Amino acid sequence: MPRIAGVDVPDNKKMLYALQYIHGIGAHYAKLILEEAGVNGDVRAREVPETQLAQINAIIDATYLVEGALRRQVQQNIQRLKDIRSYRGERHRKGLPVRGQRTQSNARTRKGKKKTVAGKKGVKAKA
Amino acid sequence: MGRSLKKGPYVDEKIYRKIENLNAQRKKDPIKTWARRCTIVPEFVGHTFKVHNGRIFIDVFVTEDMVGHKLGEFSNTRTFRGHTNKKEGVDDAAAKA
Repeated sequence: MPRIAGVDVPDNKKMLYALQYIHGIGAHYAKLILEEAGVNGDVRAREVPETQLAQINAIIDATYLVEGALRRQVQQNIQRLKDIRSYRGERHRKGLPVRGQRTQSNARTRKGKKKTVAGKKGVKAKA
Repeated sequence: MGRSLKKGPYVDEKIYRKIENLNAQRKKDPIKTWARRCTIVPEFVGHTFKVHNGRIFIDVFVTEDMVGHKLGEFSNTRTFRGHTNKKEGVDDAAAKA
């Protein structure tokens, strides 16, 4: 299994898709990286020679924010919103949708599993 | 480039003039304003605004990190008093006012 950008080990998938196992690299960046490195994206990852892997590694290192560094960056951006006490920061803090979505219903991704409230209007008793 | 980027940031002219004045005099008086849609520009840093939230004016001290946001983002318009406490069956409004 080839190792690219730290711990990631994509294996017998085509290179174009193997790269997308790295956090921060999607279809678009994978294509750009392969073009720059001159590697055919249809070749299986295990068949790509070491030299080309090293080159891909170098390109990712130099150009893109991936994995831990990217996650840290995202966390910092959120932390900044919290620190300046902006509306968006408050929404993050409360675990509610940040971009103006409704919360009377839905919003379960942010709010988590349903917490049934007894006697709430429009809600039949459950469990 | 989105249309809003092409249009450039909106900065309330009155506020901007007031700030320029204050900066020229090296003063930092709080500015009362209703212009919640006004973008915070670097000149505002270090000043205090009293931003209307529909009822009262909320003090907003502008720091460097706030540049690019709008004044209204720092002046909440909603009143959330918390949900009723399930166990006690009483309103825990006092807990978070």
